[in-house]
Amino acid sequence: MTEPLISVRHLTRDFEITRGLSHKKIGTIRAVNDVSFSIQRGEILGMVGESGCGKTTAGRCVLRAIEPTAGEVWIRLVETEEAQNLLQFTPRQLQTVRKDMRLIFQDPYSSLNPRMTIKDILSEVLVTNGLTRSKSDTYYQVATILEKVGLSEDHMSLYPHAFSGGQRQRIAIARALISKPKFIVADEPVSALDVSIQAQILNLLLQLKSEMNLTFLFIAHNLAVIGHACDRIAVMYLGEIVEMADAAAVINSPCHPYSEALISAVPEPDPRIRKKRIPLRGEIGDFLNLPSGCVFHPRCPYVLDICRTQKPELHNINIKEDKEHWVACHFAGSLNLAGIGQ
Amino acid sequence: MAKNSDVLLSVRNLSTHFFSREGVLRALNNVTFDIHQGETLALVGESGCGKSVTSQSILRIVPSNGRIVSGEILFKKDEKYIDLAKLDERGALIRSIRGGDIAMIFQEPMTSFSPVHTIGNQIMEAIQLHTSMNKDEARRYAIKLLKKVEMPHAEQQIDAYSFNLSGGMRQRAMIAMALACSPRLLIADEPTSALDVTIQAQVLELIAGLQENSQMSLMMITHDLGVVAQIAENVLIMYLGECMEYGSVDAIYHNPKHPYTVGLLASVPKIKTHFKEQLVPIHGNVPSLYERPSGCPFHPRCKHIINGLCDRQEAPVIEVEPRHTVKCFLYSEGKHP
Repeated sequence: MTEPLISVRHLTRDFEITRGLSHKKIGTIRAVNDVSFSIQRGEILGMVGESGCGKTTAGRCVLRAIEPTAGEVWIRLVETEEAQNLLQFTPRQLQTVRKDMRLIFQDPYSSLNPRMTIKDILSEVLVTNGLTRSKSDTYYQVATILEKVGLSEDHMSLYPHAFSGGQRQRIAIARALISKPKFIVADEPVSALDVSIQAQILNLLLQLKSEMNLTFLFIAHNLAVIGHACDRIAVMYLGEIVEMADAAAVINSPCHPYSEALISAVPEPDPRIRKKRIPLRGEIGDFLNLPSGCVFHPRCPYVLDICRTQKPELHNINIKEDKEHWVACHFAGSLNLAGIGQ
Repeated sequence: MAKNSDVLLSVRNLSTHFFSREGVLRALNNVTFDIHQGETLALVGESGCGKSVTSQSILRIVPSNGRIVSGEILFKKDEKYIDLAKLDERGALIRSIRGGDIAMIFQEPMTSFSPVHTIGNQIMEAIQLHTSMNKDEARRYAIKLLKKVEMPHAEQQIDAYSFNLSGGMRQRAMIAMALACSPRLLIADEPTSALDVTIQAQVLELIAGLQENSQMSLMMITHDLGVVAQIAENVLIMYLGECMEYGSVDAIYHNPKHPYTVGLLASVPKIKTHFKEQLVPIHGNVPSLYERPSGCPFHPRCKHIINGLCDRQEAPVIEVEPRHTVKCFLYSEGKHP
């Protein structure tokens, strides 16, 4: 297998919980716990999970938008170069790779400055990263990227309020792509949009991905969107990856009980398929009192004694074939779990 | 098929407009539909389609710059039909219907509960307002309701504040409050879109179960076509304040007629095995209500536009098969696309 573009090892991020005016520390939560994954050049890795599972924190730690507490992020932006650990970069070094690693946010209403015109928003990226030679060059680059995302030169002098949600997300995508990046973290890029607009933006992202040879970490809570857009899926629960494999493998034959429940809970847009749900007991766990053993055991319908005491390692259950299937479950492979089938 | 007398709520040619300095905003335009006893009707549409204003009009809680300008909202109470549109907004009759005969649950239960009162007190207030129970009876009844919505530790949780509860539990408390007076119609405005999928599945199951036991009608307002397919019997597709298509859930999903419905269904990613199958989006954007297109409001985005007709005249409502209507020129005089 070729060397991945990005390889994350044992990524961990703690947050301190404080209370009151004195900010007395009352505990620590581990929002991302020992997360490891790698993304091949040109691949889309989907990260899916429910609110508070740490998917956003993980995505931002990869870019050092939030500083990780521990771990390594090895990047290899140019194929011929050696991989470097992003977490040991000095601020100056970090600045030099910012243009290659960009972030797209969920809410296009709060991620665009309402007091800047579209041209200012987009050219700021070029100026701060030293990617422009002259004013006319800036103008040319802004016009080109606007065209690419389906807007036009005429929109340059307008402010964000003049645009609808879908158009704003196009501007946000243009801002991420104008520096010709290699790696994009897209954090819920379509969940704030209307249904008919979601499909437009998803298609645009996939089209630009192949045109510009991009690599994606695609974070979303909607399994249907993830399944549609991604090559591989990582399922997160309470700060940990519980299953990671090919998109088709996870959705058709999940090997972790949480993935199974998540898939069965997605309402299918077809009244003739009323699925048998695998109801999950209780609520998403609490970071302040993490369960012992397997983090999922209090809600797991297949729980046994070993799950309560021993933490399952994330291990590859597909050793023979080249397609890896990582699962963190004591009974991975021996449970008969239902995916999307006939 | 249900007889006419089964109709619980009949909305006829309802138009609600908002008046502001920028002009008149036609939020609802000639909206017509019926809800039968025990039926689940889903109102589906994107932002600005008027699905929330419909529920506000029925309950007469339209914001003060808006007004019902024409139409009837007939609601069956004591074997008689009352026109809710004609009632005084602050009158005794509408106040007894609101929360009594028609209850509503909202999308974000965090903002719809008072943060300075316990959820128990708020549920008890609803009970005492509509019944003659005293405080102790109301409290016991509130606990019973919380148990009915499967709230764990109901006896303790009744004294919790809304911020003590998780999103799913707050929505359960909200449903308990809505059920306090055994309403005959429950309006649910995006009840699960703020919840995670596994919690959403729990809440939908709960609503469906409660409805089965009580003959309550449900009007479900949502943009999630997956949720609709799983729980609705009939579906009303709305766009910019107009009913575009109405039919049984099976007809809408498997024999959609209106180009907007067809487009909407084609743009939803499905979890089934269709990986990498190209989605077919509807081109263009949902226009602002201030720039409502003339004629059929969907015509600037429609693939089958008939120039000179769709952009000039209001489309007729056509019955393509029994109980399946569509508002589109394509189907007038037996024409097919």
